[in-house]
Amino acid sequence: MNDSVREAWGLLPDYLGQHVILSVSALLLGVAVSLPLGIAASRSRRFGTPLLAAVSVVQTIPGLALLALFYPLLLALSVLTQDLFGFSIRALGFLPALLALTLYAMLPILRNVVTALAGLDPAILMAAKGVGMTPRQSLFKVELPLAAPLVLAGIRTATVWVVGITTLSTPIGQTSLGNYIFTGLQIENWVFVLFGCVAAAALALVLDLLLAVAGSGLAMRSRGRLIAAGLGLVAVIAAALAPELAHPRPAHQGIVIGAKNFGEQYILSQLMASRLRQAGFSVSEKSDLGSTIAFRALTAGDIDAYVDYSGTLWGNILHRTDMPGRQAMLDQLAAALKKDHGIVSLGSLGFENAYIFAMRRDRAEALHIKSLADLAAHPDLRIGGDFEIFSRPEWRAVAAAYGLGAMKRRQYQPDFLYRAVMSGDADVVSAFSSDGRIARYGLVILEDPKAALPPYDAMLLVGPAHAQDAKFIAALKPLIGSISLTLMQQANLRVDRDQDKQTPAATAAWMDQRLPH
Amino acid sequence: MIEILQLSKAYAGSGTQAVSDFNLSVPEGEFLVLIGPSGSGKTTTLNMVNRLVEPDGGEIRIQGRNVLDSDPVMLRRNIGYVFQEAGLFPHMTVAENIAVTPNLLGWDQARIRTRVHQLLDMVQLEEAAFANRLPVELSGGQRQRVALARALAARPPVLLLDEPFGALDPVTREAVAADVRRIHQRLGLTTLMVTHDMTEALLMADRIAVMRDGRLIQVGTPHELAASPADDFVTQLIENPRRRAHALAEMLNA
Repeated sequence: MNDSVREAWGLLPDYLGQHVILSVSALLLGVAVSLPLGIAASRSRRFGTPLLAAVSVVQTIPGLALLALFYPLLLALSVLTQDLFGFSIRALGFLPALLALTLYAMLPILRNVVTALAGLDPAILMAAKGVGMTPRQSLFKVELPLAAPLVLAGIRTATVWVVGITTLSTPIGQTSLGNYIFTGLQIENWVFVLFGCVAAAALALVLDLLLAVAGSGLAMRSRGRLIAAGLGLVAVIAAALAPELAHPRPAHQGIVIGAKNFGEQYILSQLMASRLRQAGFSVSEKSDLGSTIAFRALTAGDIDAYVDYSGTLWGNILHRTDMPGRQAMLDQLAAALKKDHGIVSLGSLGFENAYIFAMRRDRAEALHIKSLADLAAHPDLRIGGDFEIFSRPEWRAVAAAYGLGAMKRRQYQPDFLYRAVMSGDADVVSAFSSDGRIARYGLVILEDPKAALPPYDAMLLVGPAHAQDAKFIAALKPLIGSISLTLMQQANLRVDRDQDKQTPAATAAWMDQRLPH
Repeated sequence: MIEILQLSKAYAGSGTQAVSDFNLSVPEGEFLVLIGPSGSGKTTTLNMVNRLVEPDGGEIRIQGRNVLDSDPVMLRRNIGYVFQEAGLFPHMTVAENIAVTPNLLGWDQARIRTRVHQLLDMVQLEEAAFANRLPVELSGGQRQRVALARALAARPPVLLLDEPFGALDPVTREAVAADVRRIHQRLGLTTLMVTHDMTEALLMADRIAVMRDGRLIQVGTPHELAASPADDFVTQLIENPRRRAHALAEMLNA
């Protein structure tokens, strides 16, 4: 068994357990909300028609977007509850995921409840009234039992959807089987991606099968089948929760280290976590956070520390477009973050992960392109970027400085950028200076003679809760100024390369030995 | 004893008067058949007796008590009702269907079991073979017998039947009709039955009430109707089965 598979197996109890808790909670909540709403909707067209329309609209929102939308919503709510009642709700992780998934679960259940109740034979309803049932008795003794098979079919649909979409809750900080997929995609570990997909599909199939047995039990009026399905469901849920219950995680007094969604961030968060553990802290990690979600999570206290880049914060958080120079930018950032958000910057780790633009060497030489300025002469070239670059101020600055606004753009998952430029799908790609693959693939970095791109020093940020925590800061301080660009490139390559691929944890351990304590 | 006084009903929207100025007295134990063409208001009248339809005006007294003063749910539990096409609950077995009203009334289970046994016996369905079947596993005639048993389960003093044989083939129809008549004679319940088939009415009724356009045209025993029909409409109704019987007899004897 290779390392990836072994590591994937090792993570399964945690990922599966959390996935099951989230999916099952969302489904139970979905059923609990949809049944009464469905009954009400079938009684009143004026309530039912807009309700079904609203729920259908929710369904058209892409899953990832819906999950992401709940984060700012809960964040605002959290600020409100903090002001009103003196406590804040957690805006990241379980709660937003639960709410979004519950909304997803509602449509198929609601629709089937309404369809089933509306489709009942009026003669049967008349008979229920005629034998002397109250409206309530008619509902519980006649209408719901007759609607049950169709309602159960709706629950089965919802189950398959929700178990699948739960994998998308990873980027908002909720651990799920999606962690395999997101992490695997970032570090090109296809074993991880496949493992996550297969595990989620298997879970969906098992739950669907058990509900199918329950359905046939209802149809055949077989108590045995119903009991078997019930026991099966309880067994699956218990098995998924067993590791959690057997080793309850310390009631989250511990430190949470955040990581954005790429390899370097995984490595650095592991490194920070290991330093804090060595200092006696209890630490967990939240990976795969979206770029700005990570910063918001730090301000809200959902994570306690993470690494961000000066140029990113400059544009996204301070909304500045001027270029005061490397050290001035670091100083002004530190002051602004402290003043506006109570966040402490411990300083630069010592390397920069800058946005750069790169080309295949042979192509660049053939076209005599050395710098961004040379690109203007080739308006037919295609430029590939990650998901954010073209909407970031850096691109606007570069495009304006060098007249590149008309270039044909394509967006790729960051790791596919290298494949795209090597295969010729893109002529120029955006890349990150600390990426070990630039040297490995022999790409040429295009010069930036007008200094349109800002510096991107890696800064270690600590949230308000530990801003004054001397022991906490002492554990991380030795990392400041000690990670060279070469070391980070080597570390990134260990995770990103195709052969002898290392896990972020193993790479963090490898780095740990090479850094001062 | 059922007394209906000045009963009227108009359906909102259609604007037509479904029932108007309806007066009728049904003595204890009588089998009265309401007959008339489609839309004559006979089913509406029947449904007002147990308040499945609420009257606009008038009174209905059962054993002296105005049904409009009683709780409609309790009222319905005390009136047996056999619906067109049976209306059995498809998710309940024969025994469960029969036990519905006793269960609603809170009878104890032993008493319910005994009652179900009695009723299956009364409608001539063998308990061992039928008690645990679902309605889909029954023939039309069997379903109507179960519906009859369900209507009688809580020993109601009044039985209402709404075209109970409408969906049955002629042979089954006659057999179930004979059963209904036999059970009526045995239990002596005051019975109202709606039909549009005059032959059926003539064969089953103690008295027949003829309706047209929401009004009661004439009430009388089959003999009275035949001897002195109130108008041409009643004459036609009575003559029709007689003419057909005549035509049949001639044809078969020829």
